[in-house]
Amino acid sequence: MSLDAKTVTRIARLARIGLQPEEVETLGKDMGSIIDWVEQLKEVDVTGVDPMIGTGLAKPRLREDRVTDGNCRDKVLSNAPEREGPFYTVPKVVE
Amino acid sequence: MSYRITGSTGEWEIVVGLEVHAQVVSEAKLFSGASAEYGGEPNTHVSLVDAGFPGMLPVLNRECVAQAVRTGLGLEAEINLFSRFDRKNYFYADLPTGYQISQFAHPIIGKGKVLVDLADGSTREIGVTRLHLEQDAGKSIHDQDPTRSFIDLNRAGVALMEIVSEPDIRSPEEAGAYLRKLRQILRYIGTCDGNMEEGSMRADVNVSVRKPGETEYRTRCEIKNVNSIRFVMMAIEVEAQRQIEVWEAGGTVDQETRLFDHVRGETRSLRSKEDAHDYRYFPDPDLLPLVIEQAWVDELKAALPELPEAKRARLEQEYGVSRYESSVLCVEQAIADFYETVARGADARLAANWMLGDFFAALNRTGRSIENSPVSAEGLRELLGLISNSTINGKIAKEVLEDMVETGDSASAIVERKGLRQVTDTGAIESAIREILTANSDKVEEYKGGKDKLFGFFVGQTMKAMKGKGNPALVNETLKKLLSE
Repeated sequence: MSLDAKTVTRIARLARIGLQPEEVETLGKDMGSIIDWVEQLKEVDVTGVDPMIGTGLAKPRLREDRVTDGNCRDKVLSNAPEREGPFYTVPKVVE
Repeated sequence: MSYRITGSTGEWEIVVGLEVHAQVVSEAKLFSGASAEYGGEPNTHVSLVDAGFPGMLPVLNRECVAQAVRTGLGLEAEINLFSRFDRKNYFYADLPTGYQISQFAHPIIGKGKVLVDLADGSTREIGVTRLHLEQDAGKSIHDQDPTRSFIDLNRAGVALMEIVSEPDIRSPEEAGAYLRKLRQILRYIGTCDGNMEEGSMRADVNVSVRKPGETEYRTRCEIKNVNSIRFVMMAIEVEAQRQIEVWEAGGTVDQETRLFDHVRGETRSLRSKEDAHDYRYFPDPDLLPLVIEQAWVDELKAALPELPEAKRARLEQEYGVSRYESSVLCVEQAIADFYETVARGADARLAANWMLGDFFAALNRTGRSIENSPVSAEGLRELLGLISNSTINGKIAKEVLEDMVETGDSASAIVERKGLRQVTDTGAIESAIREILTANSDKVEEYKGGKDKLFGFFVGQTMKAMKGKGNPALVNETLKKLLSE
C-alpha cells in the first residue's frame, strides 16, 4: 500500500519536517512498504497477551530526592543557536 | 437546589470536569538531580537531562513517587502497583526533548473521590478519575524582545501530579469547593503547597452544557491553565453562557481548547483546529515500568497525618463544636493545632467562638497568619480562662485581646495594669445603680409605667459608670431588684 498525500503531509508537519511537493509521493510509497512489512506481525494471534514493552526482568533504579545536579548554565546554553544573558532565545512564539 | 442557567429556550445544566496540575513538593526534579525549588537565577536549576542533551537518561525520583502515592491515599483512591511512563510528543520552545514524560495508559493512581461542602450545608462526592505523574515544561518569556522569546528551563522537569476529576461538577460553586478541598488535602499531606499565584496549582477546566434530563454529554471545551479558584468559577460561567448561545442559535459547539481572559470576562479559541493535538503517546523506552510494593504503600499510609475529614469529625466529637466551626478550624492544620492548644484546658466551645470571631478578626486586621499570630495559643487560652473564672467579662475581654495584639503582654498582666478586674462586689454594683436611678428618675417613672425597653438603657448606663467592669449577670439581677422596689 501507499500512504496518501494528506497523511504524509500531516506526519511531516507533526515531526516539523519540511517536504518538497515531489517528495510526498515517494515518501508515501516508502512508508507504505515499511508499514506492510511490519504488518506481517498481524499474522500472529496474540489474543489475550499483554503488549510486551520490555523484558520485565529488571526493576527501575530510583534516585533519592537530593539535589545533585544543576548550576551548570554555561553547559546548558552551550548548544543554543542564540542566547541573551542567562537565557537561550528562539524566534518569538506567540499564541 | 440545582444550578441552572436560563437561556431563550429554557433552562440548561452545566457539566464540568477539572484537570488539576499540582506541583509535587520535592527537593529535586522528577527525573534529574537538579533543584525543584521555585525561582532561582534563570537556567541554573537545570541539568543536562532537563535540557534534553543527547544521551542523557532519566532516573525516577523515589520521593516523587511516594508523594503521588500519599496523595492517592488521601483521595481514597486505588493505588496501582504497576504503572508506566509514556512520551507525549509535541514541539514547543520550552520543551527541549520534544516530548513530555507522562503517564498515559497506566497511571500510578486510579479512581478516588473528594467530598465537598457546599454553602447550603450539603455535601457532594466528586469522583477522581485518575492521578498521574508528569514533567513540567520550562518557561517562555515573550515580553523582553520584539522578535525573540527567552527561555528559562528552571521549571523544566519538575514533578507534577495531574489530578483528573470525573465530569461530576454541576455548578461554579461546586468547582470552587472541589478545588479548595483538593488543595486542603494536598496541603495536609504535604505533597503540594497549593500556591496558585506561584503556579504550583493550576487547572484545566472542561465545560459542556445540556438540557436538564439529558443523559448524554454534549461536546465540551477545555479552558487551559486557569490559575485561581475565582477565575475557574468565572470561566465556567462565561463559557457555559457562550455554549448555550451557540446551541440556541442553532449552531454546534466545536471541541477545542480555549483561553479565559479575566479582564474581558470571555473565553476565546486558543489553537486552530489544523493543529488539533496528536501527541502520539508511546511507552518511554528510557524508563522501565514502575513497580511498587504493597508493603511500601502500607508504610506510607501508616505515616499519613490526620486528614481534613477525619480531623473535622474528631473536633466536633471531642470538643462539642458545630460542623461549621470545625470545618473553619480545619481549613489549615496550623489553625486546628492552634485551636486544640487553646481548647485543651479552656472552655472548648468558648475557644471556638473566640477563634472564629475576635481572634480571626485580629489576624485579618494585622495581616498576620496563624503561624506568626500576634497572640499565642497559650495566651489566648489564658484570656479565655479569665472569662471562665469570672475575672473579666466578655466585653472587657475583647479590649484585653486588642491590647494583647498591640503590646504582646499577657492577658492577666493587662487586666492588672488597667485595673479591668470584674466587679462582683454586690455593694459596689448596688451603689452604682442607685446613682444612675436617681439621676434618671424620669426614666424610672417611664419604666414603671410600662416602657420595658428602658431596662437596656439602665444596664448600659450602669456598665458605663462602672467602666464596663460590672459582672453582667449581677448588674442585671440587682437592677431588676432595685427597679421593682
